[in-house]
Amino acid sequence: MNLRRTAAMSRKEFTQVRRDPYSLIVVLFLPLVQILLLGYGARLDANHIPVYVLDQEGSQDSQALLKAFQASPYFDVIKAVDNYHALVRAIDADQCKLGIVIPWDFSERLADAGRTSVQAIVDGTDDNSAQLAEGYAQAVVATYASNVQLDWFARYGLSQQATTPLSVDYRTWFNEDLESKNFIIPGTVALVMALMGALLSSLTIAREWERGTMEQLIATPVTALEIMVGKLVPYLAIGLADATLCAVFAVGWFGVPFRGGSGAFFLATTLFLIVILGIGYMISVATKSQLGASQYALLVTLLPTSMLSGFAFPIDQMPAPIRAITYLVYSRYYVSALKRIFLSSAGISDLVPEVVAMTIYALVIGFFATRAFHKSLQ
Amino acid sequence: MNDVPSIVVDKLVKRFGDFTAVNQVSFQIRSGEIFGLLGPNGSGKSTTIRMLCGLLTPSSGSATVVGLDVARQAEEVRQHIGYMSQKFSLYNDLTAIENLQFFGGLYGVKGRALDERIAWAIKMSGLAGSEQLLTGELSGGWKQRLALGCAVLHRPQVLFLDEATAGVDPLSRRQFWELIHEMSREGVTILVTTHYMDEAEYCNRLALIDQGLIVEMGTPTKIKQTAIKGDLLLVECSPLGGGLAAVKQAPGVLEASVFGAALHVVVSTGRQPLTELPAFLAAHDVRVGRIELISPSLEDAFVSLTGSRALGSESYQ
Ligand SMILES: Nc1ncnc2c1ncn2[C@@H]1O[C@H](COP(=O)(O)OP(=O)(O)O)[C@@H](O)[C@H]1O
Ligand SMILES: [Mg+2]
Repeated sequence: MNLRRTAAMSRKEFTQVRRDPYSLIVVLFLPLVQILLLGYGARLDANHIPVYVLDQEGSQDSQALLKAFQASPYFDVIKAVDNYHALVRAIDADQCKLGIVIPWDFSERLADAGRTSVQAIVDGTDDNSAQLAEGYAQAVVATYASNVQLDWFARYGLSQQATTPLSVDYRTWFNEDLESKNFIIPGTVALVMALMGALLSSLTIAREWERGTMEQLIATPVTALEIMVGKLVPYLAIGLADATLCAVFAVGWFGVPFRGGSGAFFLATTLFLIVILGIGYMISVATKSQLGASQYALLVTLLPTSMLSGFAFPIDQMPAPIRAITYLVYSRYYVSALKRIFLSSAGISDLVPEVVAMTIYALVIGFFATRAFHKSLQ
Repeated sequence: MNDVPSIVVDKLVKRFGDFTAVNQVSFQIRSGEIFGLLGPNGSGKSTTIRMLCGLLTPSSGSATVVGLDVARQAEEVRQHIGYMSQKFSLYNDLTAIENLQFFGGLYGVKGRALDERIAWAIKMSGLAGSEQLLTGELSGGWKQRLALGCAVLHRPQVLFLDEATAGVDPLSRRQFWELIHEMSREGVTILVTTHYMDEAEYCNRLALIDQGLIVEMGTPTKIKQTAIKGDLLLVECSPLGGGLAAVKQAPGVLEASVFGAALHVVVSTGRQPLTELPAFLAAHDVRVGRIELISPSLEDAFVSLTGSRALGSESYQ
């Protein structure tokens, strides 16, 4: 690979982005709009969810749990009812979004095995907020349960390692203040990278064909590899700049913590961008049309990233077959890495599975991308 | 000009499916020669050039450019050639200077040499003072000369120009051909394609190509002399269609066809057509206006050789 030719290619590509209003919108506004929308969206539907409760036990423990719900900014315990029917009617009548049933043996089982079973009845008409409500309810219960368990450990003088702690989803574990924005916003970076990377890279080759510049280009000594690398490097740089912008915005505007290492952040983002840009590039080679390419690219990057990556819909709540599919979705690893980098203090060494998975993807996609384009008019 | 062939084309064939676009084409071009491929649209000119630039793989036959095989050494070939494609497309969203820098970078021209070549290209294309304009804002003639500049920044030994003057005003075309001749004098081998007959006259040698086949090759003068086997007459008459039908029956007439608003008629030498023809046509109810002996143009040669309709030098596209 000749560096001078590659650099000439990169420079030209960058100048074209700079002069193209569409690309500029994608580069400059899309990330901010996206993070604002999702950040505020997450806030709005998470606040003050109306809750009815049916406390079948009426013990100190059950009252303590209800207090935990009441204390959370996400729930308003409006009313206690004394039978199941009243609870179901209230949900049907849309008087509440969530009904909580505390069983008659709640404190017994809590003391016995440290395992709680609280029934949550959710108004399923609005899928998204139902899922959120369910997620928060779980988190409240889990936090409460772990507090109980810690008490219990203290009381019986057991070391914490001696028993399996409650299985709590790490997202709530680290997202200890239970803020939905903390859960949503780190994953938004993945969404922005997928959207931006796919939109821009899918234009690269198609634009040359559509504007009739391809023939002139491939008649020069520049190689297919130099074309690919030269074209994608500017988008990698732009992507990293946008990711930084998103992170700064997440922290500065929304107050999301950033506890992990920035090295891990850039490594994970680079690997993810290589995959996204490689896919967009291959699609651009295959379709030769800018419009077609950008549509296909969004389909294969944005869709899995928004649906199957765990960005908004928790993977552990998906049906088993879909959960299995998510292991094939490259964005899953990036979203997982992002959440851990933002919310826990994960560095590169804590992210080995994610980094390995993404490296494999980057290598495979990169391998096929370098072979996708041939300098021929055939 | 010397006698070392710079381009050797041997029985080159290109098929698209079962359609043969280029059929057993052979020719040789010497260093410093300006060689023209002349033929109507769809005759296979661009396909031939694309094979020589390594952009299309020949179906059969072979070709070398500066001694390199175009099929097997395409990448090496590209180091030595300049190419202006049919729709000489530069990047409209880059400035003139950015286009030059880009192609300079791709051809590996660097440092002082690049600065010098860019200065030369700006001067040559008459763009001094407009270097910072976006290429999309330049007129056709400027764009075309800029494209030529981009194609020869690396001082290639061979230059391929595919319909390089299409859609450019006559003055720009003349300037362009002066540049071509200058490069030829410096030893650059130049292959041009055109369907403009007047342009073909600027070439040292020509190949007339029709439906993928070369029908004649030689200097423009020789082609015109040998293609027309007789005397050529211009006949203005009315009605034109009736005149054509009638004149084909006249004694001594070998060929006749419509050229613009008149007929071109070939008669065997040694006859007295200027007196015989008007009498014959009058007897067939055709009124004759002007009638005179003319010297054949390349277009006459082409029509005569292929039996096809005229290229219609300006309007044909
Ligand atoms: N890629 C292709 N696939 C199929 N047919 C083609 C292709 N390129 C050119 N042709 C056909 O080959 C013939 C010659 O085309 P071309 O070489 O462009 O002619 P010219 O340059 O003389 O106008 C035309 O009939 C054209 O339609
Ligand atoms: Mg052509």
